[in-house]
Amino acid sequence: MSINATLIGQMITFALLVWFTMKYIWPPLFDSLEERKKKIAEGLAAAERGQEDIKAAEEKAKIVLKEAKEHSSELLSLAQKRANEIVEESKDTAKKDGERLIIAARAQIDQEMQQVKDNLRAEVATLALDAAEQILGAEIDKTKHQEIINKVSSKL
Amino acid sequence: MATEAHAAEGATGYIIHHLTPLSVGSGFWTLHLDTLFFSALLGGLFIWFFKSAADKATAGVPGLAQNFVEMMIEFVDTQVKDSYHGTSKLIAPLALTIFCWVFLWNFMDLFPVDILPSIGAVMGLPYLRSVPSTDLNATFAMSISVFSLIIFYSIKIKGPIGFAKELLLEPFGPWLMPFNLLLKLVEEIAKPISLALRLFGNLYAGELIFILIALLPSYLQPVLSFPWAIFHILIITLQAFIFMVLTVVYLSMAHEHH
Repeated sequence: MSINATLIGQMITFALLVWFTMKYIWPPLFDSLEERKKKIAEGLAAAERGQEDIKAAEEKAKIVLKEAKEHSSELLSLAQKRANEIVEESKDTAKKDGERLIIAARAQIDQEMQQVKDNLRAEVATLALDAAEQILGAEIDKTKHQEIINKVSSKL
Repeated sequence: MATEAHAAEGATGYIIHHLTPLSVGSGFWTLHLDTLFFSALLGGLFIWFFKSAADKATAGVPGLAQNFVEMMIEFVDTQVKDSYHGTSKLIAPLALTIFCWVFLWNFMDLFPVDILPSIGAVMGLPYLRSVPSTDLNATFAMSISVFSLIIFYSIKIKGPIGFAKELLLEPFGPWLMPFNLLLKLVEEIAKPISLALRLFGNLYAGELIFILIALLPSYLQPVLSFPWAIFHILIITLQAFIFMVLTVVYLSMAHEHH
């Protein structure tokens, strides 16, 4: 149990070990640790940013949705109004059309009646003349009596 | 149990045999080959393991070895940062080396006491003491190296004059200069001696108890050596830790101005 030259040998070994550790072992391991620390911090920050982005996007989406809803309801009421208008308008037009048709029909009826009356009048005149001819048994001068006949037939 | 040559000498012979180093040379120029061999082997193991992890180190997902090595690095770094506030790039690697190396030294204690000497006997070695920390040379080599660093940093940081002033003028002022010097010298020299002897004493005693247990009847041995080995796991780690922390503390004291 004595101190001897082993001490020197051990000191040399120790110095070599410390030197090697200092030069080749500690720095790369420590650097990789630091780098990972940085990476993790960055990742966490990015995740937080992402969360915030999501929140902001949700807010934005809500606003857009609300706007869209308002817009659509506006459009809907406008469309309703327009539809009502169109219905009113078409009702109006239909009414007018109907009235016009009725008027036209009446006019035609009047016209046809007039024509029928005229025809009847003419026929009645001829018949009356024929009858009078046969009654009188003689030819009646058409031109002479035309005036009388016209007077009579206009009374029809 | 004991090798043939010592079987006749009984228990004393068995114990002495286990505590005798394999040495060459004489006088001061004796070399304890077993201490030198095992500590170099364990140092090499430490270097190899950490270097292979360092070579493969990535900032990405670490492997199993890298994980372990990084755990050690973080552990040592925390200890160093707790007590040392200087800028030296040496302290942390030094602390790591001390912790791992001393731990591996001490770990040799957990091998059954007869295995390595028996293997040595087969190879023709008369003695083999496999735990480097039961050799005063090993523990003193480390503590004296640390002591040299303490002196080196004291002079480097405070300057030769500042260091001399600290030795001569504290704690009682200039009028008690010789007394101051005496106190300071004792204080400084106590550092390496206590470092070395603490480690040596703990491990030597631990090994001795293992050897004593090995002398008991074989049915008693597991009952005693198993709890002692478990307790010893605590001791070897603790001693390595104490050596490391005290080294860091002493060096940080050397950095501080008073």
